[in-house]
Amino acid sequence: MNDLLLKILDLPPQASTYAFDVDLLHYFVIGTTMLGATFVFLLALWFLFMHRRRFPGETTQRLQTSVPAEILIIGGILSLFLLFWVVGASEYAHIQHPPDDAMPVYVTGKQWMWKFAYQDGRSDIDVLTVPVHRPVKLVMTSRDVIHSFYVPAFRMKQDVVPGRYYTAWFEAQQTGEFDIDCAEYCGVSHSRMLAKVRVLSQPDYARWLERPQTGDLAARGRDIAAKRGCLSCHTLDGQPHIGPSFAGLYDAPVRLSDGTIVTADVAYLTRSMMDPQVQIVDSYKPVMPTYRGILEEPEVAALVELIVSLKDQPIAPSVVLPRTQPLGSAQRLGEGPQPSAGEQPR
Amino acid sequence: MTTVDIAVPVPARRPTPRESYLNVAHTVKSWALTTDHKRIGILYLVTTVFAMALGGVFALVLRTEHLSPGPTIVDAYTYNRLFTMHGIVMVWLFMIPSIPTAFGNFLLPIMIGAKDVAFPRLNLLSYYIYLLGSIWVLIALWAGGCDTGWTFYTPYSDHSPSAVVPTVFGIFILGWSTIITGVNFIVTTHTMRAKGLGWFRMPLFVWAMYGVSIIQTLATPVLAISLLVVGIDHWFDWGLFDPARGGDPVLYQHLFWFYSHPAVYIMILPAMGVIIEVVCTFSHKNPASYKAIAYSTLGIAFVGFATWGHHMFVAGISVFDAAAFGVLSMLVAIFSAIKVFTWVLTMRRGSVVVTTPMLYFFAFLFLFVFGGMTGVAVATQSLDVHWHDTYFVVAHFHFIMVGSTMTAWLAALHYWFPKITGRMYPERMGYVGATLVFSGFFMTFFPQFLLGNAGMPRRYYDYDPQFQPLHVVSTVGAWILGAAMIWTLTYLLVALFRGERAPANPWDSRSYEWLTPSPPPKHNFVREPVFARDPYDYTVPAEEVHA
Repeated sequence: MNDLLLKILDLPPQASTYAFDVDLLHYFVIGTTMLGATFVFLLALWFLFMHRRRFPGETTQRLQTSVPAEILIIGGILSLFLLFWVVGASEYAHIQHPPDDAMPVYVTGKQWMWKFAYQDGRSDIDVLTVPVHRPVKLVMTSRDVIHSFYVPAFRMKQDVVPGRYYTAWFEAQQTGEFDIDCAEYCGVSHSRMLAKVRVLSQPDYARWLERPQTGDLAARGRDIAAKRGCLSCHTLDGQPHIGPSFAGLYDAPVRLSDGTIVTADVAYLTRSMMDPQVQIVDSYKPVMPTYRGILEEPEVAALVELIVSLKDQPIAPSVVLPRTQPLGSAQRLGEGPQPSAGEQPR
Repeated sequence: MTTVDIAVPVPARRPTPRESYLNVAHTVKSWALTTDHKRIGILYLVTTVFAMALGGVFALVLRTEHLSPGPTIVDAYTYNRLFTMHGIVMVWLFMIPSIPTAFGNFLLPIMIGAKDVAFPRLNLLSYYIYLLGSIWVLIALWAGGCDTGWTFYTPYSDHSPSAVVPTVFGIFILGWSTIITGVNFIVTTHTMRAKGLGWFRMPLFVWAMYGVSIIQTLATPVLAISLLVVGIDHWFDWGLFDPARGGDPVLYQHLFWFYSHPAVYIMILPAMGVIIEVVCTFSHKNPASYKAIAYSTLGIAFVGFATWGHHMFVAGISVFDAAAFGVLSMLVAIFSAIKVFTWVLTMRRGSVVVTTPMLYFFAFLFLFVFGGMTGVAVATQSLDVHWHDTYFVVAHFHFIMVGSTMTAWLAALHYWFPKITGRMYPERMGYVGATLVFSGFFMTFFPQFLLGNAGMPRRYYDYDPQFQPLHVVSTVGAWILGAAMIWTLTYLLVALFRGERAPANPWDSRSYEWLTPSPPPKHNFVREPVFARDPYDYTVPAEEVHA
């Protein structure tokens, strides 16, 4: 029955302890309200059929619904609604109060990524790893604008607000990977602010706690570019996107929005990561957030190494991509960035 | 179903080129500087139709973009500005003014037997302020548009690279127009009623206008102040709502929803007023309970002010606050339920005839009842945690707010078309239009409930490929809806010039606006009106009521 309803209503799996209870209320509320709505609509059709006009200018008797009937209808509906409220409010209170023994994980939302910091001092980007059957308390904030941490399979959502710390909790019931979405609109790449929660069995989780780290610097840069969200806006194949491509960029001349030409050397590249609004590449929007205090030194080095390694990267065939242009014709046409070498990150 | 001829019980007594408000003068100046509430109503109607067309085009581009995941026809930044401008144009340029300023202006004075509204010149001023605000929004659009969502949530709107300042300023200007219209209607209702027309004998549309005027007069200043501060925050880095400067973004949400939840009722109350008129006229029946409708209008107007927190269940409000807002939201739903039962029971033992406005009544009833029930579902707190900011909410408010308001607006457009223009619209084309509008609307938004259940967040440019089939259905529905609107506006435009001449009371109604010729003379009535009988008295033939 539960499986059937999940399918009919197109609901995600019930992967947290409270997901089933929430869905039970969901079935009840949707079931009763849809039945009620259908009844009302059919009643209207019934009246339409039964009391259709027999001849033009037909007159009718004056009828007034009796007060007891009104009270009965209103009272009946109100008590049903109040029942929804009582159950819903108590479940809500349960979802809002983390158990005392919950394992804390610190969550930071940022345009456009999720950062998770664990108690042992490690951190991860866009992957939250937790053990199954253990309550996890998320201590959450945002670094820039409001985001919302949403795990559909857990029936859990909490806004993260800059300057405030909120808590939320869940206890995963099954192992596997589940989507984390940002549910509060947060700018250009809002729909790419995706992450995964990886629920491991207890032994796997114990192994994960001792994971090693390997790889050469450019390859590590590639991983970091993916993990830190660089690739949401910058491509590695020469195609312009929300920002310029990394390919063929190193040591090439770059035209800025104020007309000056600079060379994309290491200093320029690091500055563009830390103070992206200072030197805007011509015809791109100033939408890149700062990475100051977010990228650690080894990570910056690895990213620069990645860009250097792409210096002679062959450029992918040119395709016409949708450009970022105002709705009006405020921007000059024909001066869009060419998909060729010489584009710069900001 | 039944196609009984409902035309012309009133004897035809038609002095051919009779003077009406339309032919007293033909110059541009006579329209541009008119203080006649009927002409101002027409000005508003035409302008709001353009606004709807603009918002509709945005919607069609948005839906088409969602035909496939990833980029389809526009890029992410453009998409974000399009959904923002779609919301802004539809909410402030179309839905809020649509029924009150066009039909309210035209009908309210006639329905209470007055020659005009209390402040005719303020009425004209409010139109020009509306026009100025609309142009301002268009300028903002030309300057690149705004990408914050129609909610302008801080601190994103403090730092957005788009044209936030002109956009919020345009809405600030529009607010003045809303307030002036509201005050005008309140004073008109209090002071201009014809002799012997007590509060509880007014047509219920007047009650709806009165209720909505109270809300817009009380709530709009809060929005105006909040948006002004957003503009200043953005422009001068004031930081009142920006935590980086010690401000509080959640305070902004409280202020915004303090206006914007009542704004939902600003949009829906006029629609309810239209619907009760339509259902009474075409059922030849008094409302099942006049007082239930009148008091529930006031109930919505006042309790609606205390429910804004249900937009913030996951924004970090306390469990106690959430519970309080939750129970108040259930209470306000009761007033709507009262209205629903009254509309339906009004048809009981009536004499119901199916016309285009009546088809729109059924479309309205469906969208309002199902949309309203999903509203009760999202007001249930633990369920809202899953649904908040997903397509479920998008579908819910499009059903109840957009669908209901739009179908009621179309019902009004057809129902009062003979009164306003003096012409009849083509009934069969109306049936086709109404059927298409409803089918298109249902097909657009029903799949979105399922998308929301599946966990698809709103305002997503890109989406998981598993959601594509539902998105495609929704997009095709939007195209049908767009075509239906073009169809409807086209035949109405043709009927405006070619339609059959309308008698004073083509629907055999008892309501007061049908006492006067169609179109009405400049001063509304040929003779001083006497409202001897109830506007819903269908116990005797029309001639006796209107004698």
